[in-house]
Amino acid sequence: MAFYLVISLGATSGLFFLAGAEFVGAMQLMIYVGGTLVLLVFGVMLTARESFITMQTKAGDWVLSAALGAALLGLLTYSAFNVREWRTPRADRNQLTAIDAQSTGQLGMALAGVRVDALEQPDPQVRAGLSGYVFPFVIVSMHLLVVLIGAGYLARTKRRVRTGPAT
Amino acid sequence: MNPFAEQITVSHYLAVGAVLFVTGAICMATKRNALGVLMGIELVLNGANVNFIAFGSKYLRADNLGLDGQLIALFVIVLAAAEAAVALAIALNFYNNHTTIDVDQADELKG
Repeated sequence: MAFYLVISLGATSGLFFLAGAEFVGAMQLMIYVGGTLVLLVFGVMLTARESFITMQTKAGDWVLSAALGAALLGLLTYSAFNVREWRTPRADRNQLTAIDAQSTGQLGMALAGVRVDALEQPDPQVRAGLSGYVFPFVIVSMHLLVVLIGAGYLARTKRRVRTGPAT
Repeated sequence: MNPFAEQITVSHYLAVGAVLFVTGAICMATKRNALGVLMGIELVLNGANVNFIAFGSKYLRADNLGLDGQLIALFVIVLAAAEAAVALAIALNFYNNHTTIDVDQADELKG
């Protein structure tokens, strides 16, 4: 259950990279897949009731997954090579800049208060509202502090008081 | 016309977001394991994030949200992680007190 969620969130991170939001995609991988899901897997393991005795994959499962994997691989490679625009390399590939990732710097400046993506905004009313994201940034940091303290307190180990025979 | 060779538009992203959202909502509604409900919550928030990123992408539309979409998605990711941590602490506390993680057994508002 949790493993399928790992694959799902990793794939949405890939979608973020495809849409040009590379910082959000990297943050999705780090925070969700590397943090929240690890926490959920630990929670599942700590609250399991039946013991994990048999952890062998049955032979039928291997055959079925190999067949599905081969079918998916065939479909993907067929689609990859069936588009003429993707098969031909660029004619002007020697006069290109290598990387054009600009969203990280703009995100950092917006969190610090300067909206560098809207510097030439002719409308003065819209201009007055582009004040950056300092306020939500500070609110979220306070929220995270409260959450950390609260979760650490809630999940502390409690000493079990044994009530023995009265002396 | 090869359906895998069409140009990817905002509608494709919205459809993926809708699939994630509906899957998460079904998980939240039907799972008896409290951690399964938590995973449903994560899926719902990811569906909303895919929508935000799609509307904020300059490669998909000319008239886009730009940086606002990506920043909102970033805040949603951070807040969802924080809420998952607290919910997990509550679930572990419940397990320590009742030795079960079944949400159907959590029908009293004490302990």
